[in-house]
Amino acid sequence: MSLKIEIKFMLNGRPVQVKVPPSMTTLSMLREKFDLTGAKLACGEGECGACTVKIDDRTINTCLMLAVDCDGRDIETIEGLGTVAGLEIMQQAFVDHGAVQCGYCMPGMIMQARYLVDQHSADKHKLTRADIARGLEGNICRCSGYTKVVDAVAAVVLEEASA
Amino acid sequence: MLIENYKVPSTIVEAAQLLRHGAATIVAGGTDLTPQTEAGVREFRATLVNIQRIEEMRGISVADGRYRIGGLTTVTEILESELLAADVPVLVEAADHFASPQIRNASTLAGNLCNASPAGDMCIPLLLLDARVELARWADGSVATRSVALDAFFTAPGKTVMQDDELLTAIEFAQPADGFTATFIKSGPRPALEIATVSMGVAGVLREGVLHNVRVAIGAVAPTPLRATATEAGLEGRLLDEKVIARAAESVRQEVSPIDDARASAWYRKHLSGVYISRALVRLQGVQGVSGHVAEN
Repeated sequence: MSLKIEIKFMLNGRPVQVKVPPSMTTLSMLREKFDLTGAKLACGEGECGACTVKIDDRTINTCLMLAVDCDGRDIETIEGLGTVAGLEIMQQAFVDHGAVQCGYCMPGMIMQARYLVDQHSADKHKLTRADIARGLEGNICRCSGYTKVVDAVAAVVLEEASA
Repeated sequence: MLIENYKVPSTIVEAAQLLRHGAATIVAGGTDLTPQTEAGVREFRATLVNIQRIEEMRGISVADGRYRIGGLTTVTEILESELLAADVPVLVEAADHFASPQIRNASTLAGNLCNASPAGDMCIPLLLLDARVELARWADGSVATRSVALDAFFTAPGKTVMQDDELLTAIEFAQPADGFTATFIKSGPRPALEIATVSMGVAGVLREGVLHNVRVAIGAVAPTPLRATATEAGLEGRLLDEKVIARAAESVRQEVSPIDDARASAWYRKHLSGVYISRALVRLQGVQGVSGHVAEN
């Protein structure tokens, strides 16, 4: 039979174990083996960011990363960020600012926005709208509603910087 | 081909031993490999070697006047390096033009070089720096390394002098000399995720408006990232005035051999090469505050 590799890693704060074919992408593993369907397949070549997930404190296009390389790593998906009952502040800001249109790009967009703001934890107040747009340059929204996305992230920056 | 073996070496010694029989696919960040295998333009070989756990292939250091960047260093790590920002800003500038944050977080410097795209962003500043790559292989019971000048590394689109049993372990270059100045310009309809239509790097040691030890490197205008040596010679030791800059632009247009493709016509790439070298030279001149400044636009 074809080769399967057993890997162990942290997924949204819980230790997990799974067997995957060596050519499987991390995105396919998350969606098919763990039923975590927040991260989306859109372009499949790293151009759109819909599959963005945080792995060991860096955001990654999971459509490009092999699942076997998740072994020993710490992975956070949109499902680990907040819950339906208690949205994380970035998720809530996207709702409040009407940043969500069809929604397909949102899990990736929110993971990247959270990462961007966390990367500037020491100097959040310095993050400009231009910085936010640059930080989200790897995420495409085909409804093309970028203004409200930047509004939402800017609101989180303002809230967290003054906290 | 179906992958029959999956290996995760944690040292260069282990990796070199695994690669000695060839027939292996090396994976690091996967940002070039995965789209190629998924699209069917490249096949996995029987053994997949994941080199991501080789810690000795990470990190940026400088010793005895030479920089050493581990092959697995990511583009983000280059972008965030305070050492490089202060000492070799052109490398950081190119990293800033590289793909997107998510891809920079995964892409490795060795991967960008080994993919050997004529448009590879990191190739250009490294050519300006006379960088060399270290290739390791297993020979006679131990790891043997050879050092190859980057401008002799690329042979064709997607092809390099690296053999199937070799691993690109590190990139090295001399700490830039006093007065070294360099600039990088990359085209594209938008700044992010752009495969360069033309990318241009110019470097040299500038003294009183005169450029010495000139380097001109251009991406996406030839089968490999190009060192424009004739143009370099034309600029060597010259005062950067309007005439010299115009001559350099003409020389570059002669030296490039671009193709027509989906992103641009050969004619446009040639034209852009001339525009960009002028712009780069004006920029370098501006760094020194030399008079006779031509407006940059």
